[in-house]
Amino acid sequence: MKASLKWLRSYVDIKLTPQELAGKLTMAGLEVKGIQITGSSWDNIVVGEVIATNPHPNADRLKLATVNLGNQQITVVCGAPNISAGQKVVFAHTEARLIDGHTGKPALLKPATIRGVLSEGMVCSEKELGISDNHEAILVLSPEAPVGIPLSEYLGDAIFDLDITPNRPDCLCMVGIAREIAALTGETLHLPEIDYEESAESINSFISIDIADPKLCYRYCASLVTGVKPEPSPDWLQQRLTGYGMRPISNIVDITNYVMLEYGQPLHGFDYHKIKGRKIIVRSAGSGETIPTLDGVVRTLARDNLVIADEEKAIAIAGIMGGLDTEVTDATTAILLESASFNRTTIRRGASQLNLQSEASIRFDKGLSSDLTLAALKRATQLLINLAGGKAAKGIIDEYPGRTEQKAIVLSAKEVKRLSGMEVSTDEMLTALQSLGFECQQDNLTPQISVLPPYWRSDIKYTADVVEEVIRVIGYDKIPITQLSTLLPAQILMPELSFKQKLQHILAGCGFQEILTYSLVSQEKLQKLSPGQELKLNPLKVANPMSKEQEYLRTSLRANILSTLSSNQRHEETGIRLFEAGKIFLPQGKELPLEKEMLCAVLNGARQELSWHENGKALDFFDAKGVAESLLSKLGLTATFEASDDEGLFPGKSAAILIDSDRIGTVGELHPSVAQAFELDGITSLIEVDVAELMKKAGTANKYQPIPRFPGITRDIALVVDKQVTYQQVADIVQKIALVKKVTLFDLYTGVQVPEGKKSFALRVIYQSPDRTLTDREIDKLHQKIVSRLHQELGATLRG
Amino acid sequence: MLEQLEKLHLEAIDKLNCVSEAKELELWRIRYLGKKSQLTQFLRSVGSLPLEERRQLGDRANKLKLTLESSLAEKEKILEETCLTSLLGHTGLDITLPGRPIPAGRLHPTTQTLEEIYSVFTRMGFHVVEGPDVEWDYYNFEALNIPPDHPARDMFDTLWIDSGETGKKSRLLRTHTSPMQIRIMEKQRPPIRVIVPGRTYRYEATDATHESMFYQVEGLAVDTNITLADLKGTLFEFCHHLFGHQRKIRFRCDYFPFVEPGVEVATECLACQGSGCRLCGYSGWLEILGAGMVHPDVLRRVGIDPEIYSGFAFGMGVERIPLLRYGIDDIRLFYSNDLRFLTQF
Repeated sequence: MKASLKWLRSYVDIKLTPQELAGKLTMAGLEVKGIQITGSSWDNIVVGEVIATNPHPNADRLKLATVNLGNQQITVVCGAPNISAGQKVVFAHTEARLIDGHTGKPALLKPATIRGVLSEGMVCSEKELGISDNHEAILVLSPEAPVGIPLSEYLGDAIFDLDITPNRPDCLCMVGIAREIAALTGETLHLPEIDYEESAESINSFISIDIADPKLCYRYCASLVTGVKPEPSPDWLQQRLTGYGMRPISNIVDITNYVMLEYGQPLHGFDYHKIKGRKIIVRSAGSGETIPTLDGVVRTLARDNLVIADEEKAIAIAGIMGGLDTEVTDATTAILLESASFNRTTIRRGASQLNLQSEASIRFDKGLSSDLTLAALKRATQLLINLAGGKAAKGIIDEYPGRTEQKAIVLSAKEVKRLSGMEVSTDEMLTALQSLGFECQQDNLTPQISVLPPYWRSDIKYTADVVEEVIRVIGYDKIPITQLSTLLPAQILMPELSFKQKLQHILAGCGFQEILTYSLVSQEKLQKLSPGQELKLNPLKVANPMSKEQEYLRTSLRANILSTLSSNQRHEETGIRLFEAGKIFLPQGKELPLEKEMLCAVLNGARQELSWHENGKALDFFDAKGVAESLLSKLGLTATFEASDDEGLFPGKSAAILIDSDRIGTVGELHPSVAQAFELDGITSLIEVDVAELMKKAGTANKYQPIPRFPGITRDIALVVDKQVTYQQVADIVQKIALVKKVTLFDLYTGVQVPEGKKSFALRVIYQSPDRTLTDREIDKLHQKIVSRLHQELGATLRG
Repeated sequence: MLEQLEKLHLEAIDKLNCVSEAKELELWRIRYLGKKSQLTQFLRSVGSLPLEERRQLGDRANKLKLTLESSLAEKEKILEETCLTSLLGHTGLDITLPGRPIPAGRLHPTTQTLEEIYSVFTRMGFHVVEGPDVEWDYYNFEALNIPPDHPARDMFDTLWIDSGETGKKSRLLRTHTSPMQIRIMEKQRPPIRVIVPGRTYRYEATDATHESMFYQVEGLAVDTNITLADLKGTLFEFCHHLFGHQRKIRFRCDYFPFVEPGVEVATECLACQGSGCRLCGYSGWLEILGAGMVHPDVLRRVGIDPEIYSGFAFGMGVERIPLLRYGIDDIRLFYSNDLRFLTQF
């Protein structure tokens, strides 16, 4: 909402600078997003009248213009082709700061001799004043411009750009903003006096109004003015409309727009003689009914659109736009002025259905007070008489089926304190509320006051609303600063959140960069996770996606993390380790989806960053498995790994992670066709964990183990086994032997030194007893036992 | 014999002075103090000498042994020192060579900011809880005083879930974290003090200042005697922690349908310190969060009596904090996850 300071000043005395005023309004809830100031640098520039132009003695293209400035007349040289006697123009004395027409930079005007004639001053173009780029012609002012006054007084202004919140439709107009200013600065509001003569016949002899559904139209007021003469509006009115950003059209249309900007009430003027049957009917549109609107478009209406109709057809879409058939034209002589109150939902839906937001509809859809209609109608009628030369019909039609009783709200200083923490006296409350137009009644027996909100405030219903009004006027900056002092509430346990945080920190500690990707994903990307197969899960679809890229709720973290990996591969030379901890969304019919926290990590590229120390090999399955093991060990868990059937992973290079035989996740290298689908180079390995399942396992606290008091003794074994024998089989046997504390595989060998079809494991076994130092003999025996068990069960032999 | 011992003494000391490394010293020890050395041999045979001679020569030989031993110890010490000095002095290591690289993992800047926010509020007695990203219209709008066709719906461009039926719009991607206010109050009676972090979504074309997904943190405190002044204190504390204790904070009237009175909190611009610049739209202020006292209708809807209880609520955008602090000029950088961006934090 744009508001001109000059216009506001016609209702309230403003002593603050534009910046100070903007600060006050913003603090009180009417945010000023910007101020555009014109004329602040127009010193030594005044309004003048050209009284004569004569040819320049030495130049054909130049003229000598004599300008009357009220207290003096000055003759200057002027090169503009459009100058002529009788014009009101802008005159700059020497020392005025003007924009140089050629360089575009500001400069002080100096006396100059032009082709032998001394010129002390200048008639200005718009460009020289910094208003526009027009430098061809001088700026010609309205004939009404008063000669001799500083231009800054005549044209200078500050235009505020206000952000009016949806609860304050009353501030979508000058009077509303001026009212706020008056309340906030302690000044008095001066509204225009409305008084006019009703010299034509009674309005009832011209028109009758019928409201078909009072739930859709609460009030319909109308006046009638005959004998109007459509012509351009006076200068002041045009200036005000232009300042707001509206194009002046003709006095009649301009008056309805002007009063809307002044009072906030949208008005509509019909050409009375084009209304059929002397009748206005406010009714719902017929299904498929059409109407050509003022913008020249033929609109097809639906049954929930509200129209203003005459006996034959719709002549306006109520609250949204007028119809072409009853448009005011140069031939119009009588105007029926409408000022009505409509159901806001109907207007809102209609405007959005027809994709036709207008100045009127944006006001109606915020819920304007029905009591605004009359004052605005009278004001517009008065202006029609004064500016368009009309005669008003006697009386006003006022159909008001939707009248509601306003309820008083009870307020006390105690309640203000309870909600705001601010000590406010009853007097301060009264002053603040009365300045905003509230009617207050003080009960002498109780400390309460009873308040009636002013009719224009449709947003005030509760005590809390009135409390806000009181502290808004006193100032939010006066609210004290205190800390919560009530009892601490009972603990709400959200173990998932802190567990997730723990996982995030562990993964970052393992050298992984956390990423956060969109919850929405394309179907194409989800499909890439299982190439050539149908999606097992039907992901939830967004009805109105911004793009195909963000159409479905992710059912796996993999798609986005792999795309991220792929896009980073283009510029990262070294190994990439990424993880994300976040939700996936599993549909549950018509219910809300199951939102499941998952952890997904990917590794790709060189294990070691390129360096002079050692140049590493590519990260692979065992790096991923190592990360999984490290993660689990930090949670005090050990897992077993079993071959996995995960179709997105490399068969034989992937494993399910099991804890106590429950599956908590997966680890493995990516299936080559998935890697290809995501355009990934090299080996990509992945770890995926169901956070809730893992948390269940991690919940049980670990018991403390005493530090061994007796030394462990180390022996190595080199075994030769069949290739099919797994390490797990060997380790399981060794670990079952009493007093074996730890088994470590330190070499795996296949090659010339072992027979075909065999492989060799080198194991380091640590034996340790909790209660004594083991002797060599004991260990020899245990060692022998291991060797023979391995031989019996797996056919293992010692490597020679 | 005595002369021989004197000669031996001189010779041994002379040789010792020539020793320059540990190996030579060992040879010297074997030669002059070893089992087969002249001196040891002599001492072993001294018992067979006549008494007078035994005393005189034995005495001298023992003294010589002690002298040589202490000279040896001294020399040993000197050699050790020289050796250490030369070890320390001649490594020839180019310490400007790069160290062995260790992958450095990091948390996403949004996560880092969230943790900072949790830490400030948990110290003030708030608990951290989470809610669903996919919500019912009821929680996201209606229960928060935004019925269908309310003009405030214009403030929230919504992504709806396709229900398969035309015209039915009940599930949506939450447009703010405020629905959790309702879910919490439905389950828990006052006193309540929680913050709710989470992802929120908007139907919005993305550009440098707009994202279709962003994080918010909601706050809610409900009890008897909770006031706007408490809200001011709580949020000032928060802003001071995040933006510095000297920074000016503005607490002004604003409108959100589910609070009354409503508040907006802004800090003095971090870039221009309040004098006005492009970042703050020449206002000198940066909006940080929206807040207010929980609306009486909202309290009534969850069965909390607004005449007895009062509460405050606030909501803030999370990315805005690192955005302002680090001068990041494009919000899309957050979730496009370019490592060249992420590894800067």
